[in-house]
Amino acid sequence: MALTTHPPRAPLWRSTVGKKAAMAVSGLVLLAYLVAHMLGNLKIFFGAGELNGYAAWLRTIGRPFLGHEWFLWMARTVLLAAVLVHGTAAYQLSRRDLAARPTGYRHTRARASYATRTMRWGGVILGLFIVWHILDLTTLTVNSRAEQGHPYQNVVASFHTWYSGWIYCLAMLALGLHIRHGFWSAAQTLGLNSQHGNPRRDRVLKLAANALALLLTAGFLSVPIAVMTGAVK
Amino acid sequence: MTHHPQDEYVNDERAQDEYAPTAFAQYQEGDPIADTKAPAGPIEGRWDQRRFEARLVNPANRRGRTVIVVGTGLAGGAAGATLAEQGYRVVQFCFQDSPRRAHSIAAQGGINAAKNYRNDGDSIRRLFYDTVKGGDFRARESNVHRLAQVSVEIIDQCVAQGVPFAREYGGLLDTRSFGGVQVSRTFYARGQTGQQLLLGAYQALSRQIAAGNVEMHARTEMLDLLVVDGRARGIVARDLVTGQVRTHLADAVVLATGGYGNVFHLSTNAKNSNATAIWRAHRRGALFANPCFTQIHPTCIPRSGDHQAKLTLMSESLRNDGRIWVPRRPGDTRPPAQISAAERDYYLERMYPSFGNLVPRDIASRAAKVVCDEGRGVGPGGQGVYLDFADAIERLGREAVAARYGNLFEMYQRITAEDPYQVPMRIYPAIHYTMGGLWVDYDLQTTVPGLFAIGEANFSDHGANRLGASALMQGLADGYFVLPATLADYLARTPGAPVAADHPQIAELEAEVADRLNLLLAVDGDRTPESFHRELGELLWNECGMARSEAGLRRALERIPQLRAEFWRRIKVPGVGEEFNQTLEKANRLVDYFELAELMCLDALHRTESCGGHFRVESQTADGEAARDDEAFAYVAAWEFAGPGRPPVLHREQLAFEHVHPTQRSYA
Amino acid sequence: MNLTLRIWRQSGPDQPGGLTAYQVTGISEEMSFLEMLDTLNEELILRGDQPVAFDHDCREGICGACGMVINGQAHGPERTTTCQLHMRHFSDGDTIDVEPWRSAAFPVVKDLVVDRSAFDRIIGSGGYITAPTGSAPDAHAVPVPKEAADLAFEHAECIGCGACVAACPNGSAMLFTAAKVVHLNVLPQGAPERRGRVRSMVAAMDAEGFGGCTNTGECATACPKGIGLNAIGTLNREFLRGGRR
Repeated sequence: MALTTHPPRAPLWRSTVGKKAAMAVSGLVLLAYLVAHMLGNLKIFFGAGELNGYAAWLRTIGRPFLGHEWFLWMARTVLLAAVLVHGTAAYQLSRRDLAARPTGYRHTRARASYATRTMRWGGVILGLFIVWHILDLTTLTVNSRAEQGHPYQNVVASFHTWYSGWIYCLAMLALGLHIRHGFWSAAQTLGLNSQHGNPRRDRVLKLAANALALLLTAGFLSVPIAVMTGAVK
Repeated sequence: MTHHPQDEYVNDERAQDEYAPTAFAQYQEGDPIADTKAPAGPIEGRWDQRRFEARLVNPANRRGRTVIVVGTGLAGGAAGATLAEQGYRVVQFCFQDSPRRAHSIAAQGGINAAKNYRNDGDSIRRLFYDTVKGGDFRARESNVHRLAQVSVEIIDQCVAQGVPFAREYGGLLDTRSFGGVQVSRTFYARGQTGQQLLLGAYQALSRQIAAGNVEMHARTEMLDLLVVDGRARGIVARDLVTGQVRTHLADAVVLATGGYGNVFHLSTNAKNSNATAIWRAHRRGALFANPCFTQIHPTCIPRSGDHQAKLTLMSESLRNDGRIWVPRRPGDTRPPAQISAAERDYYLERMYPSFGNLVPRDIASRAAKVVCDEGRGVGPGGQGVYLDFADAIERLGREAVAARYGNLFEMYQRITAEDPYQVPMRIYPAIHYTMGGLWVDYDLQTTVPGLFAIGEANFSDHGANRLGASALMQGLADGYFVLPATLADYLARTPGAPVAADHPQIAELEAEVADRLNLLLAVDGDRTPESFHRELGELLWNECGMARSEAGLRRALERIPQLRAEFWRRIKVPGVGEEFNQTLEKANRLVDYFELAELMCLDALHRTESCGGHFRVESQTADGEAARDDEAFAYVAAWEFAGPGRPPVLHREQLAFEHVHPTQRSYA
Repeated sequence: MNLTLRIWRQSGPDQPGGLTAYQVTGISEEMSFLEMLDTLNEELILRGDQPVAFDHDCREGICGACGMVINGQAHGPERTTTCQLHMRHFSDGDTIDVEPWRSAAFPVVKDLVVDRSAFDRIIGSGGYITAPTGSAPDAHAVPVPKEAADLAFEHAECIGCGACVAACPNGSAMLFTAAKVVHLNVLPQGAPERRGRVRSMVAAMDAEGFGGCTNTGECATACPKGIGLNAIGTLNREFLRGGRR
């Protein structure tokens, strides 16, 4: 007697594993963006002309096929979608995870690594930072001495405000931790590291995660530190 | 529920009658009994013939027939899954929290099958022959031959289910030789064959549970059998979480509840394995066969103190390279390294020069007992002998020894904190398996129509001694292949009229069960179930264990009723019946152990020969070997319960050996 | 040795629970953790108190019945089952906290006993190979590469004790589910149902209320059978492949 106990196919998003995969993919999109963003930032060390010129070029990508700033808006749309997917999945999964352990252990002890344990709060910090960062250097709302079209001067102006520099630095440390666990985690979630009989692959991925986290954090931090120490004026 | 004062029940006439001490070393003679189901004719064709003669149930009618299966080990799990696949409505029970935890899971060694994949001369006939001979000629030929035939299908079935047997690099199945046979017919999955086979059956069962074809009651224990108009029609079971006692009705009842080794308190059985289901069935009319046939395994880790809850078995393969010895001088408590070669007695090599350390389980076990009784045992309490790998390490190197036995050494070290690479292991025999069980015919049906017993719960295939790697084979043979065919015949021949839910017998039986539980709760004495179990177990181990004597058995038969009477005066069970109450579970199982222990001793007393796992000191050859008496004892002793306090009735099933001629074994 | 135990006592699923302190004396190093609890229970019974309820059966580390969180660690400080944990790993005068597995999907039945039937339902949803009795081809009809057989075995070793769920900060059952998916999906016999199996099992796992995996690795650290985190990666890959096609 044929007997099927397999349920009909459900959308990926409905399952925890699907949500995690969505988080992994959106996280990797954001990570790719961060690499480009960090490399662009380094142009500040070549002077105001370099950076401002680079910023102006970004608005002209795809011309004449694309209009002014079209590419930028397309990128922003993709980034916004990635952030929303990443955040929504994180929120929904976190709620589920907390509900799955309604009573905690009385005897607590330090568990997984710091980076692993801080994914949730680190994520929240990064979300808040993104809002601040856009208000500071994109819309210039909170950057009182800034003016449109002069990113170099705006960056210097922002980091001359002491709290702005510190907010940025703390956020970048959180970013480093987030990437350190997140990159390897994404690979695991997408099943990219589980080549049985090939434990090297997993080790290489963990190393890559550490290297990426370190390089991105160092790259991003170099700018506010240079400004605050006066190396970039 | 209120606590009744102790006197109220102890003075209760019914309780007195039911549980009064009944010392008997007597039994009543009953009529002979015979299996009427196995067809005549050539033994090779009997199973085919029986299946052909068996009636079938129309597929459309199967859904309307309910079968209760008690137990979810290899036999029960396989039977439940298969019956459900065939379309019957199955209601299944286990006392564990999940069907996956039945004690079959702990079997280590492997499973025999006459596949002859090695081309080493194996065949169905050879497996049949080995099993009858290994059972010391106390098993029924028809059943054993069928077991050997079916063994071949079991491996196919398990591989299809995804059981990850050990394989060769070519992708084909690996086998090894096991238990002293000369062919390599044992299939295995490292040291966890039982686990893997059980998970296969459990997964098949889980599929049927999810499909709604099996109604699974985990954490539910059978406490009695409902017999209506002479047929088994259901069971009374207690929900171990809520304590609710309820009757479940069916057209047939299958008991797959395992063996009764735990009557000895310390055994390699799981702590909760128990005899209640088969004993209750026995009290309701099922004959109990060969209760004294128990198997002792020589290589277990010795007990470390009175706190010991159970014994852990280590694979017999250790005897391939380890040398067994004790000090020559009694009371020599020096560390083993300080005892020189001249002061050591490698007693197995001395007594059995040709087989040495590889003599069969029962011989190795008895020899260990003899040297320990001489005061030459080692370790705490002097209940142990050394199993020494020093020579093997010197000869093969530490690495080669580690490759063969590394996991066993680790297990030993985890339990004892001693490093077997440095100091010899200490081992001692322990109760491991029970060949006896409910008497069944060729159809695996007991003497109560509609009540079937499969796996270790029945007596059918192993005679007086079971060969290594044959328990798994028998459990799965019964569950997957034999029972589903023979049960159909029974169902097809009996009307499907259900028992009314308000049948007066149901309320009566439930009340009886509840009474027994209430009685246990009411005594409110000063001894725990564990303390009684320990005392009963020690008594049995000493008098009805590795070596049995008339005097010892008579002592036990005198002592057990006294102990039982003391139990009913002094047992203490806190709490109430309508709750999760593990002390009550234990006490209730103990009630049945007392009665079973008595029957075991009586059976051992009446069988004045030695055979297989049953060694009577009065019956041995000049060189100390078991002496069988085929003239007087080539029969199955099937005992009938004659009522509380009355001597049981002995029915003999005479065994005929047409194909394998009884010989006396010799290992000297 | 003498010990102070603080044990979670809870009379029923809907009853409040809490840690109760007990003194035990004369504990031998040779005892297993469960034998130590047996000793306590013998005393409690004689006092007329309710003994501590805990699941246990084989006491040799294979049935998966036992399990408790000891000082915040599933199965205690050694990587083994609670029944195979021996008291020599503790010292005289220690205070030991004993709690049940904690997970919404494993409600407490009594004291240290929890209901793990959610695991059975996950297996029932697809953790099998459909092979009705009698339908099997000869065992040698399909050779299985030794590597695949070994890999399957290593994951089939799971004893279903639930330590992975207990140890996971999210109460996730991913390691348990993944072990079964790997066991069956790497075998040729399991291939036909491969995609449906992983989808169904993940759906069943989610429906039971287990949390999701955040790759903390706590499960693999606690697993007494040493099942690795890699299994979860394989489950993910099998799931995503199954979802795409």
